[in-house]
Amino acid sequence: MGCTANDLVTALKAAAATIEEHRVELIQLDRVIGDGDHGENMDRGFKAVLTALDANTPDTPAAVLKLVATTLISKVGGAAGPLYGTAFLRASTAVKDRAELEPADLTEALTAALGGIVARGKAEPGDKTMVDALDPAVRAAKGDTATELLAAAAAAAETGADATVPLVARKGRASYLGERSAGHMDPGARSTALLLRAFAEVAAR
Amino acid sequence: MSRVGLVVVSHSAGLAAGVVEVAAQMAPDVIVVPAGGTADGGIGTDFDAVAAALDRAESGAGVVLLYDLGSARMVAEMAVEVTEGARLVDAPLVEGTVAAAVAAQGGADLDDVAHAALEAVEVPGGPVVAEGVAGGVDIIGSQSIAAAQPTAPAEVVVPLTNEIGLHARPAAMVARAMTQLDARVTVRYGDATADGRSVLALMALGARGGDEVHVSATGPQADEALQTFQDLAARDFDE
Ligand SMILES: Nc1ncnc2c1ncn2[C@@H]1O[C@H](COP(=O)(O)OP(=O)(O)OP(=O)(O)O)[C@@H](O)[C@H]1O
Ligand SMILES: [Mg+2]
Repeated sequence: MGCTANDLVTALKAAAATIEEHRVELIQLDRVIGDGDHGENMDRGFKAVLTALDANTPDTPAAVLKLVATTLISKVGGAAGPLYGTAFLRASTAVKDRAELEPADLTEALTAALGGIVARGKAEPGDKTMVDALDPAVRAAKGDTATELLAAAAAAAETGADATVPLVARKGRASYLGERSAGHMDPGARSTALLLRAFAEVAAR
Repeated sequence: MSRVGLVVVSHSAGLAAGVVEVAAQMAPDVIVVPAGGTADGGIGTDFDAVAAALDRAESGAGVVLLYDLGSARMVAEMAVEVTEGARLVDAPLVEGTVAAAVAAQGGADLDDVAHAALEAVEVPGGPVVAEGVAGGVDIIGSQSIAAAQPTAPAEVVVPLTNEIGLHARPAAMVARAMTQLDARVTVRYGDATADGRSVLALMALGARGGDEVHVSATGPQADEALQTFQDLAARDFDE
């Protein structure tokens, strides 16, 4: 039994709740090495996603992902908007017209999402960005079930986010701090880990 | 005639509006549209506002977008991807916008307006400016022009008899006139030189009324360029 459009909506609602819960944490992380708006940006974006999903209920996974993409692009207001927006857009294209997503489709969607973020932001692994959470997550995203696959991806993203602490930022606002960006976790890597953890928890239900 | 339009994408509504204000002064007929800040008036970028600004700036000749940093580049890039005839340039925001606006005012096409913005980094006599942007800006365009420049340019000495010399408005007049000619014009004042198409570089020379500048030119319309410069100076830049 694969992941339907409805399952995706459930996962996105959980993601929005997680982001709301961690809003202050993300703001604080971004305040240290950025401009302090990441929590606000993400919360605004995902609240808008909830509104959009309430207003119309797309009936394919691709349509859900696309609605999320356009909403984030319009509403986030910081780098996370075009970055996550492009990620969801590429994921939407990757799952084509499937009615249900099998584990292999999820891997493909995550791979496409990473490709979108890299295409948009030009960051490489080690630049201290969300790529440092999503890249290991994509590589770990294996398993016979969505539950297994997403649990592995979330765990890898968390490890990846933790590993951004010692890094010196080479992309985004934090790169203006140079060496002083070392010693702090990248807020975007943290939000990526939070999103994947929320998806994994929904899959495990 | 429709001119190339410009969009200034910034994190701040005030910053975008200010840049537009400065550029508009030198290019009264060019549509320069600010897209700054988030929809709720905060600091950030707004894709929908950029897309709408792009639409407003388009009058048939294309639109050049300039941005300040980070996500401003990303949203501008996304807007350009879905719009034909739009061009994103990696140029310093203020100088690039002013240079592009002057080029557009002079009737330059999309390529040349984009190029004028990119070239705005090449301000002779401005070592700090030149250094600051060298790493981050695509300077391939300006290098290829420099390489194409033949030797032994024609040169004239031009006295500035107007009161303010090569200040803002006269500099804009010169740059506008030079942009329309197929010539590479260099204006020298003392040890400093300026690209004749760059308003800011001309202003940076600091040549005042009563001073003399040396103007040299190469290219197919070098003679016309020198003559035009002399004519403008003789008319005291219509002061
Ligand atoms: N070029 C990039 N490539 C990948 N990720 C990036 C890039 N730039 C920023 N990020 C990610 O975005 C996060 C910051 O997101 P946020 O929403 O706070 O945007 P911002 O940096 O404030 O935006 P802006 O560019 O408008 O200042 C960073 O922690 C980083 O993970
Ligand atoms: Mg931020």
